Amino acid sequence: MTTETAVLPGARYTWGGDEFLFVEVSEAMSLPANFKVMSIAGRLSESRFPGIVDICPANASLLVRFDPDVLPPEQLESAVRDIERDLMNHQERALETRIVEVPVWYEDPFTAEVAQRFREGFHQEPEGSDIDYAAKVNHLKDAAEFIQRHHEQPWLVSMVGFVAGLPFLFQLVDRDKQLEVPKYLSPRTDTPKLTVGHGGCFGCIYSVRGAGGYQMFGVAAAPIFDPGQALADFKDFMVFFRPGDIVKFKPVTEAEYNAIQAEISAGTFRYRQAPVTFELSKALADPEGYNRELMEALNGI
Amino acid sequence: MAFEIGNPGLATTVQDQGRAGHYNVGIPQSGSMDQYSAELGNALVGNTAREAVLECTYLGPVLTTDSDAVIVVTGAPVEVKVNGEPRPQWSRLPLKAGDQLSFGVIQGGTRYYIAVQGGIDVPEVLGSRSTYSLGGIGGFKGRKLEAGDVVPVGTPLNGGQLPQAETVPEEFRPVYAKEQEVRIVLGLYDHRLTEEGLGSLLNEEWKVTPVADRMGLRYSGPGVKWREREQPFGAGSDPSNIVDAGYAVGSIQIPGGTQPIILHRDAVSGGGYAMVGTVISADMDLVARAAPGTATRFVAVSLADALDARREMAGRRDKAWAALGANR
Repeated sequence: MTTETAVLPGARYTWGGDEFLFVEVSEAMSLPANFKVMSIAGRLSESRFPGIVDICPANASLLVRFDPDVLPPEQLESAVRDIERDLMNHQERALETRIVEVPVWYEDPFTAEVAQRFREGFHQEPEGSDIDYAAKVNHLKDAAEFIQRHHEQPWLVSMVGFVAGLPFLFQLVDRDKQLEVPKYLSPRTDTPKLTVGHGGCFGCIYSVRGAGGYQMFGVAAAPIFDPGQALADFKDFMVFFRPGDIVKFKPVTEAEYNAIQAEISAGTFRYRQAPVTFELSKALADPEGYNRELMEALNGI
Repeated sequence: MAFEIGNPGLATTVQDQGRAGHYNVGIPQSGSMDQYSAELGNALVGNTAREAVLECTYLGPVLTTDSDAVIVVTGAPVEVKVNGEPRPQWSRLPLKAGDQLSFGVIQGGTRYYIAVQGGIDVPEVLGSRSTYSLGGIGGFKGRKLEAGDVVPVGTPLNGGQLPQAETVPEEFRPVYAKEQEVRIVLGLYDHRLTEEGLGSLLNEEWKVTPVADRMGLRYSGPGVKWREREQPFGAGSDPSNIVDAGYAVGSIQIPGGTQPIILHRDAVSGGGYAMVGTVISADMDLVARAAPGTATRFVAVSLADALDARREMAGRRDKAWAALGANR
């Protein structure tokens, strides 16, 4: 990321029919692009414009749903353009967010079983596992090294969506250290709930069971979407993740995974989490040094 | 008061006007696919447009009412039967406690609606009674109906007052044609298509495939060409790929340049396929009525035209309510 700067050209504005404004901040994924998306989304949300129905920040673009009977399209566009212009003229604002530790059972039997059902015609290397393939295409020694790289540096939730509560994750490392893995050749019709997946430069956690095309590395131990809102982390809302959350994966053993299941059944499980302030300039200047600082917030929680 | 479900049909769900404001975390709007038909059903049984209805897909349910009820079946043409006897569609039907409602074969379109005086009374989730099956929320226990379900019906509104009309006049019923013209606003990533590709989209005929559900409808046809380029970082290798972005409801994506997909009310909220345009809001109900095989032409219109069409559609709904002598 040392070669990147936080300066981006102006966004591209285009309409999704008569109810959606689409603002493409950048064609390519980058931390500055995502940060700008979140900044625009945050400001637009604070503006409480009547007629805005949904503000959906994505990786490098923003989708706004509006009611044209209340808010004429040209008014919305000029409001968003004003926000964009204002952001370019001012110092960035830090993002007040949180860091969350997400326990993951890597190389678990659930995703292994499903992967077995979708090899020939679905996967690039049907004879090996998804992690073996991911290690190979990233020029890493073996699965263990890939897993190490996957969890030792934190990730930013760059978007929530596709299905209810699914976080897209962008690892906070230099571009040359980003893990990149092609999606399956053809999407699976099944993916276990809570699969930790990866496609292109993005990680994700599948919130519900269903179709999917990302490579599967493991399974997150605790829910991230809880319509019954049984656990304390879901008291306010059934979806756990928000764009801007920072995720630190923590590898767990089968025994630790089972202990977490017991806590979930007892209703006592809580994610380890702590508030942090995220500053783009620091993350760009020295990602791993800044990550150490961010991860310290989890100590003693 | 309740409906007891004997046979659930193919995919019968509770729907209303939908669930706004949670698309940013991937929870789609849901709601009746054909809002117009569902709304007129509500109007005829003395409900507001907000009450929940049962949406039936191709094969309807067999259900028994445990109390006297007032219902209407609107939407796609289908034979309606009460205790095995044919009854008219688009007309108010009084049911006695113990009466059984069932359906014959659908004659066109895809979905029909059972509206009941008082509305289907499941609890609201995030401000709506609509079913979002994939997320398991809303509707009846977050899923389509199953045999043995007992679906609660609400108490009549306005002291049980019903509108003057007993039937929705023919002129206000939708047409279920084997050909459709669907108006779209080009945009989003249409610049990524070649000129020839855009020409194919707008000038060729596309057919609805059987791969069509509440999430979206897939069309077969001649395909389109995408411009070759060096793909941006994070976008994926195919020229139809983009860095995962939000999907407008009604937007048209063409993965690999082969089959266009129109996202509908249970849309996935985002993904990595470039969209080339969006169906105008006034034509979303029309798309919902398209059965597999429907020959479709996409007609590009301006945003101003889309807004005019939206006003025209709102006017048509107002006229229909007025013609029924119903209060919105």
